[in-house]
Amino acid sequence: MTATTAAAPALAADAPATAKRRGYWSTVWERLRRDPVTIGCAAIIGLILLAAISAPLIAPHDPYDTNMLKRLAPVGTDGFLLGTDELGRDMLSRLIYGARVSLFTAIAPVLGALAIGGTLGIVAGFLGGRVNMIIMRTMDVFYAFPSILLAIAISGALGSGIVNAVISLTLIFMPPLCRVAETVTTQVRNLDFVQAARATPASTGRILRVHILGNVLGPILIYASSLVSVSIIIASGLSFLGLGVSPPEADWGLMLNTLRQSIYVAPLNAALPGVMIFITGFCFNLMSDGLRSAMDVKL
Amino acid sequence: MLLYILKRLVYTVPIALGVSIICFALVHIGPGDPLSTLLPEDAPQEVVDRLKAEYGLDKPLVLQYVIWLGKALTGDFGISIVTSRPVLGEVLPALVNSLILAIGGSILGFLVGTTLGGLAGFFHGRPADRVFTGMAITGVSVPHYWLAIVLVIIFSVELMWLPSLGMNMSGSTAFTFSIENFRHMVLPVIALSVIPAGIVTRTVRGAVAELLNQEFVEALRAKGMSERTIIRHVAKNAAPQVLAVMGLQLGYLLGGSILIETVFAWPGTGLLLNNAIFSRDIPLLQGTILVLALIFVAMNLLVDVAQATLDPRIKR
Repeated sequence: MTATTAAAPALAADAPATAKRRGYWSTVWERLRRDPVTIGCAAIIGLILLAAISAPLIAPHDPYDTNMLKRLAPVGTDGFLLGTDELGRDMLSRLIYGARVSLFTAIAPVLGALAIGGTLGIVAGFLGGRVNMIIMRTMDVFYAFPSILLAIAISGALGSGIVNAVISLTLIFMPPLCRVAETVTTQVRNLDFVQAARATPASTGRILRVHILGNVLGPILIYASSLVSVSIIIASGLSFLGLGVSPPEADWGLMLNTLRQSIYVAPLNAALPGVMIFITGFCFNLMSDGLRSAMDVKL
Repeated sequence: MLLYILKRLVYTVPIALGVSIICFALVHIGPGDPLSTLLPEDAPQEVVDRLKAEYGLDKPLVLQYVIWLGKALTGDFGISIVTSRPVLGEVLPALVNSLILAIGGSILGFLVGTTLGGLAGFFHGRPADRVFTGMAITGVSVPHYWLAIVLVIIFSVELMWLPSLGMNMSGSTAFTFSIENFRHMVLPVIALSVIPAGIVTRTVRGAVAELLNQEFVEALRAKGMSERTIIRHVAKNAAPQVLAVMGLQLGYLLGGSILIETVFAWPGTGLLLNNAIFSRDIPLLQGTILVLALIFVAMNLLVDVAQATLDPRIKR
């Protein structure tokens, strides 16, 4: 792959001399293998993803099946491993199904922002000049809002719903991704090998594809992965406020909201959805940190 | 220095204008008419037209924006649709209450963050560093509204030590320096402080670890200075960066307190926003967000100027 070979000289510059011969990605893999924390976090995220995908197969009950006689059964009740919620629905099944919506509303905005903000940033960094100024000054305006406030403002104006939540979150993650992409692209653009490529008859498109993209995508992707942990907290927060997913959908933030009334009766049940948000955010954070040091990226 | 402040001020103007455009646009991106909450479905057309004229909604968008901005500049943020009172009159008292929480959260976060971060940086690479860094990552990954609920479960429901809702027992929304008010503040302040504590820990750790590697520290050691003097020198050098991060965090806390204020029913701007959203009180929503965003812009400016004053290298 041309992109990988182009990435090697810029990013692995201060890797040990012996490792250099083995190529960039095998060095990264070598470092990752010796980092149990990152591997562990990746495994947990993988498990949660797997559970979300195979929810109908592994959930012990129907997540929408209410049972008024068994409301707020405590954790460990026979047949309901993690108890039931305020409508007698099985907590474990709802937490498993909840992973689907919660992960979607956390990851989709980051991907959307990555596509739009990342592209804008690379364009701004590559072209520089007036284009750069227009794009980056526009982004500065979005920076003038605390991100949670902007997400809530946009969601509040658009009204509740998954789509609106994803739109508002995409908008708040666009500026930081754009800024990182612009910074990295500007740095790479001024490196010698890009200047050398420009002296050859290579087209702008080819230079962008081979030399720029290959070198900027890594750092941008790592930054994006760290945003997922912020995203899941804000996305679940929107649902918690009643601005995201609407009932009876299973979503961790929404479950936290509806179970809040039951903290006097079943405190443990009420706290469980938050544990899932926390674990997911925590693992994404640690994984992103681990990848960052393994890939030797400084942001 | 004066030139730098002036330059930053000039740069702030377009940003503030952009902020006002976004706040104005909020009204128009929503579904339906902003008046829909006021009017019954079958309101006669002439009533709709009269109200539209009264709120200025019959004019072209650009003109509406200019009029709205002109009024906002003189402190007139419009009339709340639900309470029929001036928006600014609703926002200011709530802002005071939010500021109290945000300042409390910042101070606690700063104290915890500098302590943990300083220790982590000092023991860079050793087990203690790992423990404190782990705590910092926990701080930034924990959903603070969930932590708020957990705090309520532990300290209000189980132990019954602290109150879980509101500002005081009487239901008044004016803050006074009473034990009563402080008791109500404890849990929200703790819940608010975890994110800044985590972020400050990371910043301080990075700054301290980097500074300790620098030559001047070596020189101080070679001169036979005590560890305490070295710590003082390092702290002085790390201060501008840490203060900048903290200043921004105060702004974030003020703007992002809606989740915590909702959990604790604390009568601040967050709760006001929440009510504005669910009663679709658009002028109130717009006004609150504009005030909060402008404070955040001012905070950014202040941080930049303060940083430049403390550290002359920053001025370009």
